[in-house]
Amino acid sequence: MLKDKYAERIEKIFSKYQDKRSAVMPLLYLAQEEYGWLPEESFSEIGELCDIDPTQVKSIAGFYTMYSEKPKGKYWLQVCTDLPCALRGADQFHADLKEYLGVEEGGTTEDGLFTVEHVMCLAACDKAPMLQCNFHYMENLDMEQMKAFIEEKRAEAAKGDQ
Amino acid sequence: MANILLRNRDIPDIGNFEVYSKNGGWEGFRKAVQQHTPDEVIKIVMDSNLRGRGGAGFNTGRKWSFIPKNEPIKYVVVNADESEPGTFKDRELMEMNPYQVIEGAMIAAYAIQASAVYIYCRGEFWDIAHQLDACIAEARENNLIGKNILGTDWSCEFYTHLGAGAYICGEESALLNSLQGMLGQPRVRPPFPAQKGGGLYYEPTVVNNVETLANVPWIIVNGAEAYQQIGTPQSPGPKIVCMSGHVNQPGNYEIALGQTTFRELFEKAGGTEYQGHKLKALLPTGASGPVIPITDKLMDAPITYESVIEFGSTLGSASFIVMDETTDMVWAAYKMMQFFKHESCGKCTPCREGTYWLLKLMTRIINGQGTANDLRLLENVGKQMNGKSLCALNDFAINPVLGTLRHFRSEYEAYINKGSDEKAAPKKQLQPAH
Repeated sequence: MLKDKYAERIEKIFSKYQDKRSAVMPLLYLAQEEYGWLPEESFSEIGELCDIDPTQVKSIAGFYTMYSEKPKGKYWLQVCTDLPCALRGADQFHADLKEYLGVEEGGTTEDGLFTVEHVMCLAACDKAPMLQCNFHYMENLDMEQMKAFIEEKRAEAAKGDQ
Repeated sequence: MANILLRNRDIPDIGNFEVYSKNGGWEGFRKAVQQHTPDEVIKIVMDSNLRGRGGAGFNTGRKWSFIPKNEPIKYVVVNADESEPGTFKDRELMEMNPYQVIEGAMIAAYAIQASAVYIYCRGEFWDIAHQLDACIAEARENNLIGKNILGTDWSCEFYTHLGAGAYICGEESALLNSLQGMLGQPRVRPPFPAQKGGGLYYEPTVVNNVETLANVPWIIVNGAEAYQQIGTPQSPGPKIVCMSGHVNQPGNYEIALGQTTFRELFEKAGGTEYQGHKLKALLPTGASGPVIPITDKLMDAPITYESVIEFGSTLGSASFIVMDETTDMVWAAYKMMQFFKHESCGKCTPCREGTYWLLKLMTRIINGQGTANDLRLLENVGKQMNGKSLCALNDFAINPVLGTLRHFRSEYEAYINKGSDEKAAPKKQLQPAH
């Protein structure tokens, strides 16, 4: 339960706002941090904390692209393919990345490590191609860098399994 | 000229509290609080004619003056939901020169006697928001935020709030809804945010863009007249231009409005050619404004709010997406339509349905299955949408299509003519984005 495990953090979140309902978004992030995604029970937990219906919590989760209602890979790669990035090769980069990992749009690799999807503008057009990996930006990318990153993460995971 | 906004380019580590303070930081805020009444601060900013840098270009001081004096609870909300394709200026300011933004917001808060400031960062500015939390804590320790600020009776808190990926939340009333834990959809106005019933928690609220507020400390220190010396009467002050797309040195460039031509700016950003190709078209305010063909006449014009209007577009947030002669303008419009279709919040029918149909038509054309009638249909749908929704996203969404149709119609016609030759054996089809 979020309520018990993160009592202090939850209290701090509520202290920022006049209205409990404003805490929905930060609590969704907290739930996502805890579960890795947003299972149904997280909506009930948050609804109870904020005094609103779980359906309303779920509608907020569905409205935004940074909340996920299904499990993602350990590394969630969101590639910007909007016009400014596309003018600098982002579409090709996105396609090459999916091909290298052997996944379709929005798909996750079999080892559960990587999910790839395209997203709308991330306000880093001067550093295209770029992506965000678990909400942290990686910029001025090419496939050589990405391959090195992917292999590094794969090696780390393999080491962890032993 | 030394930078006024991007001071991080001149002073390394200005993001550090000590460095910022040693280099004139907080001087504007101290001067405002210790030497001026709130009304005087509003008047100085109004006289400077600082215009909102988020895109609308409204006089900032006038916006502040709309806040009723007799209401006990008032808010300042900083719009840091920077999401327009091609815009990345607020990001550099917050990342590299965060105290200037915080100081500007606190001056606004003093001017309207706000009880709290919220900075609404787009969710993707995750790292920046956490860095801002640390900056706010530092300013609080120095009695610049919090209780009895600088020994006065006035107290004001400062909080960060993270969005979660929705372009519409950059629209001020949608932003307020999002901050209140509701769907980020625009509100019916009036009441406007400045009025009781229209702002955050329905209290009077000033919503200002990050770059706008970064101008304010300088204005208070140097005065309205000095600010007006930079630029033209209608477009005073410095402005950050974001250069992206086919630019040799993409990035942010600070210019004095009216004192820099398009050519001079392009030269600074690596030239008026891109990898040996001539430049073809400019989107001056990201995906939201109509495209302008790049001509010598444009290149020789000064960059101001009013000059861009003469070329049939708007300066807006000054997010210059540059396209060279190799760019397929139908494809560019299609990419931008994907964006608006995805980002329409779904509240108003003309926008929700209109963006769907515009993208569907664009997809048909780019796949070589369009007809001459589709071009008329595009124009018709665009005209039917225009002005018929609660917020401007709807009106922005028609610009990629109508703008490119106005200036590059022959490229659309080429698709249609080529399409009729190839219909017997269609190639791989592009799909509308979900």
